[in-house]
Amino acid sequence: MPTICYGDVSVTLNESETVLEALIRAGINTPHSCRVGACHSCLVRAVSGSPPPASQKGLKASLVQKGYFLACTAQLEADLVVGPAAADDVSVSGRILTVESLSKTVFLVRVQLNGSFEFKAGQFINLVRSDGLVRSYSVASLPNGQGQIELHVREIPGGRMSGWLCRGEALGASIEVRGPAGDCFYLGYADENLLLVGAGTGLAPLLGISRDAIRAGHQGRLVVYHGGLDERGLYLTDELRRLDDTHDFLTYEPCVLRGDAKPGLHVGPIDQIVLDQHSELADWRIYLCGDPDLVLGLRKKLYLAGANLSRIHADAFLSAPS
Amino acid sequence: MSSLYEQLGGEAAINAAVDVFYRKMLADDRVAPFFDTVDMDRQRAKQVGFLTMVTGGPNSYSGQDMRAGHKHLLEKGLNDTHVDIVIEHLGATLKELGVGDEQIQQVAALANSVRDDVLSR
Repeated sequence: MPTICYGDVSVTLNESETVLEALIRAGINTPHSCRVGACHSCLVRAVSGSPPPASQKGLKASLVQKGYFLACTAQLEADLVVGPAAADDVSVSGRILTVESLSKTVFLVRVQLNGSFEFKAGQFINLVRSDGLVRSYSVASLPNGQGQIELHVREIPGGRMSGWLCRGEALGASIEVRGPAGDCFYLGYADENLLLVGAGTGLAPLLGISRDAIRAGHQGRLVVYHGGLDERGLYLTDELRRLDDTHDFLTYEPCVLRGDAKPGLHVGPIDQIVLDQHSELADWRIYLCGDPDLVLGLRKKLYLAGANLSRIHADAFLSAPS
Repeated sequence: MSSLYEQLGGEAAINAAVDVFYRKMLADDRVAPFFDTVDMDRQRAKQVGFLTMVTGGPNSYSGQDMRAGHKHLLEKGLNDTHVDIVIEHLGATLKELGVGDEQIQQVAALANSVRDDVLSR
């Protein structure tokens, strides 16, 4: 079996073991979270040798060129010398600037970045706390001159990062921001029709995409479906209604699973509501964000209903394994 | 004589056919559970490879690939019935695209020729 060298430690991989598993087994502290190649927090670098191409899927070309790969999806066929990600390549330092309540469980967290950081609204970043804890959040705001980014954080019972952020302990704390990653962002095709569907804090990237489309003077239609279990699960409704009122191309469709039907509110499963409202899907670009069951299930249903798979951008919010 | 792949219109035609075919498979509860919906893009790409092969287009599939690619599905219960269903959807897809019965038979025969590799026999 192949061997990895990391500093002065060398580990021989077990059958079907990933680089991440081997590093952890060898006691090497490697940030990680989702373990399925989605969150990009286990980014490491091949100092010599070639990482498997599958472990570089979705990385920026500049990172691929420098030998970066995802430790959690890397199964090796040959020896590899591995090193940690260089801070300058993949991250910027910052601090938690403000924390505001958007609903009972969702908070707007503003991070002040200390240096330049290129991203597109809707992409996700990883917050790395000083103790190494890392979680992914989508950016709801456009790049602004002040170097601030806005994240929507749902307080998860027992959640180590979300509890720290949402209860205000994090205010003023230093944080490392890594990324960005993900392909849920506005592509700049002004005439396309865009269908945006998300539940919970899946709204963050959808709002980011909407803001970018507004900034770019979008011409095609843009429809945002935001779902919650009930009306308490929706947030920023006033802001979204205002965007709907002030931009002809933009429509906001709030949906709840439970509650009383009333004008301007859909009641029922959000996937069914979307499928009922949209029968011609071949030319739409579709963004799906939030709970993995919803996102993956809806992608399949929309594809079966005629959507073009290469125009569906799905960002499933995976919870960190506890 | 040109291959069915060329007669159909090559890569572009296969790209159109694959959506018809992959949708049929995903919508069929008898075979859908074998498709992991986490990586639909990759799975669709594999169907492109399959359709290219069975229509006689340029491909580099080996029996070894077929064995390795389906090994994990055997553990989930993949058997002859499922291969029959795939060939059935393949035929229906080609029929929709206006391919004649005789050629569909040829394609089915080609698909059938990898049955033992797919089922690791």
